[in-house]
Amino acid sequence: MNTNKTHSELAEQFNRDTKRVDWHDETLWFVRVKRDRAANQIPEWEQLREAASQIKNNVLSNLHDYLLEFERQALLNGIHVHWATDAKEHNEIVHSIIQQHGINHIVKSKSMLTEECGLNEYLHDQGIEVIDTDLGERIVQLANEPPSHIVLPCIHWKKEEISELFHQHLGTPKGNADPKFLTDAARAHLREHFLTSRLAITGVNFAIAETGEFVVCTNEGNADLGVQLADVHIACMGIEKIIPQRKHLGVFLRLLARSATGQPITTYSSHFKKPRAGQEMHIVLVDNGRSKRLASDDFRNALKCIRCGACFNTCPVYRRSGGHSYHTAVAGPIGSILAPGFDMEKNADLPFASTLCGSCSHVCPVKIDIHQQLFNWRQVLVKNGHVNTTKKIGIGAASFILSRPWLYKISGSLVRLFMRAVPSLINNRLNPWYTHREMPKAAPKSFNSWYQTNRKNG
Amino acid sequence: MGSREAILAALKKNQPALQPLPDISIASSNSGDLKAKFIQTLTSIGGKVIEVSEPDEIASHISKEFNSSARIVNTVEDLHPKFEAFNPKSDSHDFKNVTLAILKGVFGVAENGAIWITDSNMGDQALPYICEHLALIIKSDSILDKLRDAYDKIGNADYRLGTFLAGPSKTADIEQSLVLGAHGPKSLLVFLINQK
Amino acid sequence: MKVGLFIPCYIDQLYPQVAIATLELLEKQGLKVSYPLNQTCCGQPMANSGFEHLTHDCNKNFIQNFDGLDYIVCPSGSCTLHVKEHLHDKSDETKAEKIRNRVFELVEFLTDVVGVKNLDASFPHKVGLHQSCHGLRGLHLAQMSELVAAPYSKPEQLLKMVKGLELISLDRKDECCGFGGIFSVFEEAVSAKMGQDRIADHIKHEAEYMTGVDMSCLMHMEGILKRQKSDLKVIHIAEILNSNLT
Repeated sequence: MNTNKTHSELAEQFNRDTKRVDWHDETLWFVRVKRDRAANQIPEWEQLREAASQIKNNVLSNLHDYLLEFERQALLNGIHVHWATDAKEHNEIVHSIIQQHGINHIVKSKSMLTEECGLNEYLHDQGIEVIDTDLGERIVQLANEPPSHIVLPCIHWKKEEISELFHQHLGTPKGNADPKFLTDAARAHLREHFLTSRLAITGVNFAIAETGEFVVCTNEGNADLGVQLADVHIACMGIEKIIPQRKHLGVFLRLLARSATGQPITTYSSHFKKPRAGQEMHIVLVDNGRSKRLASDDFRNALKCIRCGACFNTCPVYRRSGGHSYHTAVAGPIGSILAPGFDMEKNADLPFASTLCGSCSHVCPVKIDIHQQLFNWRQVLVKNGHVNTTKKIGIGAASFILSRPWLYKISGSLVRLFMRAVPSLINNRLNPWYTHREMPKAAPKSFNSWYQTNRKNG
Repeated sequence: MGSREAILAALKKNQPALQPLPDISIASSNSGDLKAKFIQTLTSIGGKVIEVSEPDEIASHISKEFNSSARIVNTVEDLHPKFEAFNPKSDSHDFKNVTLAILKGVFGVAENGAIWITDSNMGDQALPYICEHLALIIKSDSILDKLRDAYDKIGNADYRLGTFLAGPSKTADIEQSLVLGAHGPKSLLVFLINQK
Repeated sequence: MKVGLFIPCYIDQLYPQVAIATLELLEKQGLKVSYPLNQTCCGQPMANSGFEHLTHDCNKNFIQNFDGLDYIVCPSGSCTLHVKEHLHDKSDETKAEKIRNRVFELVEFLTDVVGVKNLDASFPHKVGLHQSCHGLRGLHLAQMSELVAAPYSKPEQLLKMVKGLELISLDRKDECCGFGGIFSVFEEAVSAKMGQDRIADHIKHEAEYMTGVDMSCLMHMEGILKRQKSDLKVIHIAEILNSNLT
């Protein structure tokens, strides 16, 4: 992942291929449209969002007790419970379980938490072969890149490109880009891995404090197939994924798939409560900055996220810049308010990769105030010095001028005079505005001046 | 301090003032004919529904759809005995070449076309996922309206594994083209028993 | 009632005709409108850049100019929203709060406060309504497409009163144009692409004019249109609503 370039630079590169940007934008916009259709079939949709939001607010205010209750119930169910303060510890715990069983080939279903912790890279360095079994994830894994979307990992790949990738890695015939053919090829290829792997890692969509069970949602059935053929199941979970009671799934499972892809429910919503006879089940509860974020009134709400991806699909900037422009595990709007919390320096550009249009906040099934947090992060970043000098000087000057009416009027007149007299000094390639736009025309007189002439004495 | 204690201490210190849980009894419009809605929804997501009045009809439907070389494993006791009976001594991997698995579901959900099944209905927990095609049997009067009704019905039931299963496995990961049959079964056949 | 005109800095400097149209439109409703002469800027460009802590003097100046009025009307959804949400003065929060409660964007002022039922306006053209984000999602000038809720639109309500005006429909009725203040410069590529796409939508549906409540959005798209040498023109909604029968 290109960690040295900013979102702006990466987005500019992305936009050089206009046809491709249009394709990426239209594909994701259609997912937004499907979400709208699904949501509009539920007259009580907005009440569901409000209920989900309030349940999550309650969870965040009682996370300590809910986690203890979950642990208690899970242990009674025969699940091994582990706690990891950070990504490193999570990776070490997962690795030690794998090592204990003398395993070096495992299957993994989608888990953004494991992406966040860099688990695949860590395990690879320890000599463990990790096979991502979600089709989209397997595609990007073969291509040695990170996913670009948390629900649609290879949305940035065209089928011809996938065909070529499969030809190279799976030996499929060159040039066959039929999605059914390619999916069947992946099915056969991954089935071998399912049948020969003794350990499966999954993510967790929801964990229920009341019953000590957890839910994993997929369309492909890869999480289930992997787990049911394995001797060991490790589920990896961010501590914020807890919900209080089983019946609350009646709210969240109605919102999740509709928000993500516009379907009423995923094909499989599996509630894992106890290990199979003879199987070991583990769950790793991961903090990695979440307890710290919990303390912040401004940024706590980001912990309500159920990772549906709706904010990605509606974001006009994400659709036209692609997930890799965000240079972080979770991209898009939610990623832009999470990433600076992990590394302010590296991710200082992300909260500015937005026009603050607010669309994200209003498709969010749990009502996270994403656009508000983007604004708040901008203040934090500037206060911590993560702003370029040009901007700092420019804004400082603007603030000085705009708080002094006399100076504002003079500057205004001078700038307009300048624009009219020497347009070429502004209308050139050094001016970013000018790359695709003409400059606005400078009016000969300001409104203030007009008013004083035409109205003040009238 | 171990990680567990450190995390719990941080949570206790940092969590905001308690916010109450909401009342989730959200009024919703009645779906009318639940069976019709269930069939419509499940069909729209790639499932196939066949209504029968006698369990015996199920066996004859299956025999028509699948030829004699197909390996058909049946976990439903009162179904016609001509299919291979599920053998609880099998290893999960033994089911890798099953063409069709026949299981009983607990109930259906009209709003999303899903069927709830638990490990006690699966025989082997791998069976509903490893088979090439899956057949589920439920009574049509077991169909509930919304997911909330489903969780009311489940209550605090105990199980090892419970799944809402809605249609055949699928993916749209390749340029958003929907393909039925990803890693789980390629098709789902649901038999609705209409009792008189 | 004492009504004060709040004119965004860029309208004052670059699009004074919008301010003139706003003033005339309000006067046509029989209102006596004042224009505090020492107003400058609402502070949004600084705040959105992360420099909200530098807006105190700007806020103070705003409060000084607009204190004592019953209503403050502004031909910009974005600037109105900013004042509504961010105008504070630690030394006199009561004054700031009063102003926050009394500032209105022009369209909502006309529909909700004045209760305009008809306009003596004529604009016989095909018009596309660009729904600027802050006015739409922040001030609720119309129902946003994200919500499952009953449709309504205050701008359309007024545009329907204009003789001869034909409102065209769009493929994406409320997607952002990509201006976003400093975003237009610091994320230039995406900003331009977003503007181009909005324009393409209007052109596809044969709009002759693109209008909206925010001149900033229109300024950004006008820049693109001029570069494309397009026939599509931009015009602020105040100018349409103020256009006379000729």
